[in-house]
Amino acid sequence: MNWISNYVRPTINSLFSRREVPENLWTKCEECGTMLFHRELSDNLKVCTNCGHHMPITPRARFAALFDGGVFTEVKVPEPIADPLQFRDQKKYVDRIRDARKASGEKEAMLVAEGEMGRTPIVAAAQDFSFMAGSMGMYVGNAIIVAAERAIKLKRPLVLFSAAGGARMQEGILSLMQMPRTTVAVEMLKEAGLPYIVVLTHPTTGGVTASYAMLGDVQIAEPGALICFAGPRVIEQTIREKLPEGFQRAEYLLDHGMLDRVTPRTKLKDELVAILRMLTGATAPVKGELPAPEASDPAASGPAASGPADSGPAASGPAASGPAASATSAEPQPAP
Amino acid sequence: MTNYLEFEKPLAEIEGKAEELRALARANPEMDVEKEAAALDKKAADLLVSLYGDLNAWRKCQVARHPDRPHCKDYIEALFTEYTPLAGDRNFADDHAVMGGLARLDGRAVVVIGHEKGHDTKSRIAHNFGMARPEGYRKAIRLMDLADRFGLPVITLVDTPGAYPGKGAEERGQSEAIARSTQKCLQLKVPLISVIIGEGGSGGAVAFATANRVAMLEHAIYSVISPEGCASILWKDADKMREAAEALRLTAQNLREIGVCDTIIKEPVGGAHRDGAATIAAVGATLKALLAELDGKSGEALRSDRRKKYLGLGSKGLAA
Ligand SMILES: [Zn+2]
Repeated sequence: MNWISNYVRPTINSLFSRREVPENLWTKCEECGTMLFHRELSDNLKVCTNCGHHMPITPRARFAALFDGGVFTEVKVPEPIADPLQFRDQKKYVDRIRDARKASGEKEAMLVAEGEMGRTPIVAAAQDFSFMAGSMGMYVGNAIIVAAERAIKLKRPLVLFSAAGGARMQEGILSLMQMPRTTVAVEMLKEAGLPYIVVLTHPTTGGVTASYAMLGDVQIAEPGALICFAGPRVIEQTIREKLPEGFQRAEYLLDHGMLDRVTPRTKLKDELVAILRMLTGATAPVKGELPAPEASDPAASGPAASGPADSGPAASGPAASGPAASATSAEPQPAP
Repeated sequence: MTNYLEFEKPLAEIEGKAEELRALARANPEMDVEKEAAALDKKAADLLVSLYGDLNAWRKCQVARHPDRPHCKDYIEALFTEYTPLAGDRNFADDHAVMGGLARLDGRAVVVIGHEKGHDTKSRIAHNFGMARPEGYRKAIRLMDLADRFGLPVITLVDTPGAYPGKGAEERGQSEAIARSTQKCLQLKVPLISVIIGEGGSGGAVAFATANRVAMLEHAIYSVISPEGCASILWKDADKMREAAEALRLTAQNLREIGVCDTIIKEPVGGAHRDGAATIAAVGATLKALLAELDGKSGEALRSDRRKKYLGLGSKGLAA
């Protein structure tokens, strides 16, 4: 029954998840030192309520806040061959991956999902800095390619949240080859006439910045995010001078013409919805907290461009019918 | 004078001895050293063959970076006629780490672009050691656009430690420039052939080498990060560059196996720096052969083949 699975259950789940966050735990903001309740902090999307400092947020928590009612369907990413170079430094790569999986509970450093954001059907991909510094290897490349393919198949925009220390060295040249591979994905979206919006989050560096993260139709960054090709330490060592205050931070890049906008996480959703609806010829957005879409309208798979503000849902039907990029399940993923 | 690499020390000793003997004989005409000297020559030649027959990854890095290796400028001067350099990115500056322009290869008009490292202190500084700033990539984009508009094949010669990590370079959008250059490579409807002639350093190399065909000289390297950089991050010890070089699989032979490199161009015994002319000739022959391979393909096919090639990368790893 659709209304149970898509509407009521997620709401219940989000109530549960709220209760699961302990009431009496504190986190200290590393920027201003304010002690913040865990619950207060997660309600504010991990942004300090005192100084506005943006702390890391997991892709799942981000998607839960981004998609209407916290409902989204995960898009399955084709699995690359494991450890293609049999890489070993002080530790084996396969062991590092295993440890990262255990610590994060995630499969890899990028999560791809489809759903509705402000009643606007989208595909979204978010990089997970907590998984091996979000580093870009074959899996992340595959995730971006599948996200683009899915967006093209469903005729939806792609919103990508970047966060990475760069390429994953343990995959050697194959990590470097994700620069052209992901650029092919961007080209495919462009040719399909679909918007590709990049939200750069802290930190986005190296080969990630120098490929898909800088090729958006609109480039938005979260406040204070470090965004660079070469990191500040490498530059200081090379030029042997102190770098100016705020160098390579989002606001600095905005000043230097490298970004369209710097937008706080708490305002991102409304802004993304507004931009995407203008780019796709949709009507003005419905503002505010929206419940999960109801999953009975077969028009759901229609293009974003033609759908009215309250057009059908995304979470159920289309994912199950997709070929290459079929979703893990037709069930929507409730908020964690 | 030969610039010997660290691992060539035994060779330097033998060649030095042979030279000493001959110098002695020149000073004392009554001495006959030729037999002894010739024996040393033979010994040196044998050693050279065995040293270069089995170079490990770190030694390859040293050879790939050898200062006497032919550089972009040498290839352009020797292989192309009517080379007409075209300068500037039309925004900010002309980046001397990147050279390029119109030229003819075997009579056929092409656009040639490459990183130039320089050959002595003065020219190395002028060329910024082959490390491009955003202007270099934007110049390349402009030249690739020109080639695309007039149906000329593009040839890129890659030899860079990486993109320049500088304050201005970052402020002017190093990442964006590299991303756009890679994107331009993928958009071209003309043949794009790339030769890694020395060092293929990270994103700074990808921006030129996202090609229909990627050839590598036998001892050239192509890597996501320098072995020194990798060692200092993963081993927390920059002196572990030998281990890092091995682990990164950055040799032409490894990359051929994975499919990143399409063709390996043999170097003379003892490396490109021992016989620049022969190396340049071999690169010229490969360029002509690869161009011929792509002749007759439509612009659409050239572009879609290039995309498919990169999308398909990673389907095979190294043999266990
Ligand atoms: Zn704070």
